[in-house]
Amino acid sequence: MGLRNIIGRRLGLGLVRRRKPFSTATCDGDGNGNAKSINLYSAINQALHIALETDNRAFVFGEDVSFGGVFRCTTGLADRFGKARVFNTPLCEQGIVGFGIGLAAMGNRAIAEIQFADYIYPAFDQIVNEAAKFRYRSGNQFNCGGLTIRAPYGAVGHGGHYHSQSPEAFFCHVPGIKVVIPRSPRQAKGLLLSCIRDPNPVVFFEPKWLYRLAVEEVPEHDYMLPLSEAEVIRQGSDITLVGWGAQLSVMEQACNEAEKDGISCELIDLKTLLPWDKETVEASVRKTGRVLISHEAPVTGGFGAEISASIVERCFLRLEAPVARVCGLDTPFPLVFEPFYMPTKNKILDAIKATVNY
Amino acid sequence: MAFYLKNPRNIINNLKSKVGLWSLMKQSHSTCCYSSCLNTIHLHRFLPLTTLPQFTNPESISHKKGHFPHFQRFQSTTTEKQIDSVPNDEHNQVLDFPGGKVVFSPEMRFLSESPSVYSQCYRVLDDAGQLISHSNFVPVSEEVAVKMYSNMVTLQTLDTIFYEAQRQGRISFYVTSIGEEAINIASAAALTSDDIVFPQYREPGVLLWRGFTLQEFANQCFGNKADYGKGRQMPIHYGSNKLNYFTVSSTIATQIPHAVGAAYSLKMDKKDACAVTYFGDGGTSEGDFHAAMNFAAVTESPVIFICRNNGWAISTPTSDQFRSDGIAVRGQAYGVRSIRVDGNDALAMYSAVRSARQMAVNEHRPILIEAVTYRVGHHSTSDDSTKYRPADEIEWWRMARDPVTRFRKWIEINGWWGSEAESQLRSSIRSQIAERAEKPPVNDLFTDVYDNIPSNLREQEKLLKETINRHPKDYPADVPI
Repeated sequence: MGLRNIIGRRLGLGLVRRRKPFSTATCDGDGNGNAKSINLYSAINQALHIALETDNRAFVFGEDVSFGGVFRCTTGLADRFGKARVFNTPLCEQGIVGFGIGLAAMGNRAIAEIQFADYIYPAFDQIVNEAAKFRYRSGNQFNCGGLTIRAPYGAVGHGGHYHSQSPEAFFCHVPGIKVVIPRSPRQAKGLLLSCIRDPNPVVFFEPKWLYRLAVEEVPEHDYMLPLSEAEVIRQGSDITLVGWGAQLSVMEQACNEAEKDGISCELIDLKTLLPWDKETVEASVRKTGRVLISHEAPVTGGFGAEISASIVERCFLRLEAPVARVCGLDTPFPLVFEPFYMPTKNKILDAIKATVNY
Repeated sequence: MAFYLKNPRNIINNLKSKVGLWSLMKQSHSTCCYSSCLNTIHLHRFLPLTTLPQFTNPESISHKKGHFPHFQRFQSTTTEKQIDSVPNDEHNQVLDFPGGKVVFSPEMRFLSESPSVYSQCYRVLDDAGQLISHSNFVPVSEEVAVKMYSNMVTLQTLDTIFYEAQRQGRISFYVTSIGEEAINIASAAALTSDDIVFPQYREPGVLLWRGFTLQEFANQCFGNKADYGKGRQMPIHYGSNKLNYFTVSSTIATQIPHAVGAAYSLKMDKKDACAVTYFGDGGTSEGDFHAAMNFAAVTESPVIFICRNNGWAISTPTSDQFRSDGIAVRGQAYGVRSIRVDGNDALAMYSAVRSARQMAVNEHRPILIEAVTYRVGHHSTSDDSTKYRPADEIEWWRMARDPVTRFRKWIEINGWWGSEAESQLRSSIRSQIAERAEKPPVNDLFTDVYDNIPSNLREQEKLLKETINRHPKDYPADVPI
């Protein structure tokens, strides 16, 4: 799915002025049945409706979810499924996740919303020390696999320190949970349903910037996309680019420009960061000999470092150039300086060229 | 009513003792009908009061709340009705803010930081094991009472066996429950086997009551092949899904919000069951306690919070832990009904937990029970508590305030126990436990991280096995490869 024709405009940042039709590898969840053009929050809303309708032990809870949520992802759920299954919680992230763990431990599908990923940290203890270890420490007598934690993450153009963070790297360091990040509406619906139904606790980060701006044909039926399977969304032969979430659209723009200079880029959407699909990335790097990773989160200790280290371990002799990382700066996420902080298309393009010409 | 509003300072100055005040209140009882006096009293609850006591007078209020003889159904709606029926006139203007109903007052009064009367502590057996007169309690059959006593003795024995095992180096670590046997066993006895338990780590008596055997305890402490936890955690981190006892984790208070979620599930499933969670005085300082209490009240979940206020969080006394009058008083801050109980009185504990369970399940509400006791043992085998508290204090609590002896006296008084039964019990508790069992295989290092083993772990397992082959001496011989 062409990400450029999914995204309308990126407010305040580099604008996509022309929408070129673009074809990439088709994603799963295709096929028969009706599909409507909807945005990301609507796709997530559909997934939640389906989750609750297909499992009467599924619950959705969090701050402000009852009226529809600050991003409208939970619209209509309380009216349709009732206050006992869709409800507001007090303003307390550690309580939201702790309560969710207890609910999940009793065999329910507990779908917890954290209002912004920036506010997930009070729940970090519950996620790391409890949810992630619940099955292991009990010798598989207990588990909280029914827990899914959803949170909007990433730059939004004006979010500053506390409405823009990408905290995925903290969670990727925790054995026992899964971390999933969709790039588009169609992906989000299928991946979220998989996360909800996966028998392990999952943290699902939704790129808030795409909530309204990404519009895509999304099948109306119930479908799931596989976890821990990366997807090559653009074939190429000169360099492999790896990313996730909203950053992929920026990377795709860079790929298009690179193509004009005769550089053929292969673009991979990791989709699941933990456990991540090393095999797909490795196969691609064996083909191209070069890899570039891009994410909004600060470069030091970001998840790009894990990918880089793993690829170097596996593909050292095949590599033609050092692994490139085009990421956020090592600063808190700034407001006025957001355009400088961000890993933009041109930064990526420069890095593609530097890597190819190494 | 005007009597209370106009000259509060004079009333206070004239009071010689709280008894005096109570008699004043009783007077008001006799002169007006009960409900309108309660109106007055509730009015005071809303006026910021500096020195008038909070309402702990059992005669006036609590008889409707805490002390029920045998299952008087608590009229939980009464309190709300009283608030609604506060008359709305120029003296008592009640106004609705979105944040709650308020009653205005032109007098600036701060709510005191502490009640002038300590929150009452419910007990029915005195230190000599005699039933206190006019006490209300839930009756216990001979069979249950004897089982309770036997289990308390067994718990003491278990603690002795494993404590010594640790001292001899046979297990790495142990935590005793000495002094808290009544809390453990009496609360377990008051619950049903369907009630879901979320322990901290000083409640093995609950497992014991439900049928966990000495060998099963040993398996976990030794981390051997038969450990349900597959050797992954330190000793005393028991768990049993068949006994509805969630696996212990060392982190303090993290289990408390889990209990609320589980209770909510039970409510949704309309089960005749509640969730119960235990924690110590230290645990109440954690944010998870606060989060859970608040969630429990808002979600109206059938959960019982049992706080073992044993006076110590490792070396930290309660004076360094909080400045509230204990834990039970905090319940009201969250809208949670609460009670303070003598944790060393097994009969009072049993009654309180039994009643709490009934309210929790039938009324879908949380209950907070503060069981005051004393941690007779050290915090753990890694602690020597004589470093921070006097040895004679410990001894006094061990001997003079022993909950097991106290309960024994009561069952003896009832003619349900005697010295022959005692010696039979002590000799029958078999201390033979198999410890030289094999450990779980190294493959169990990699399973259960997820439901299935992911590829990165398969790879790591393969590499590890190669390493073990190359350097077998680096690895313990009792873990099968």
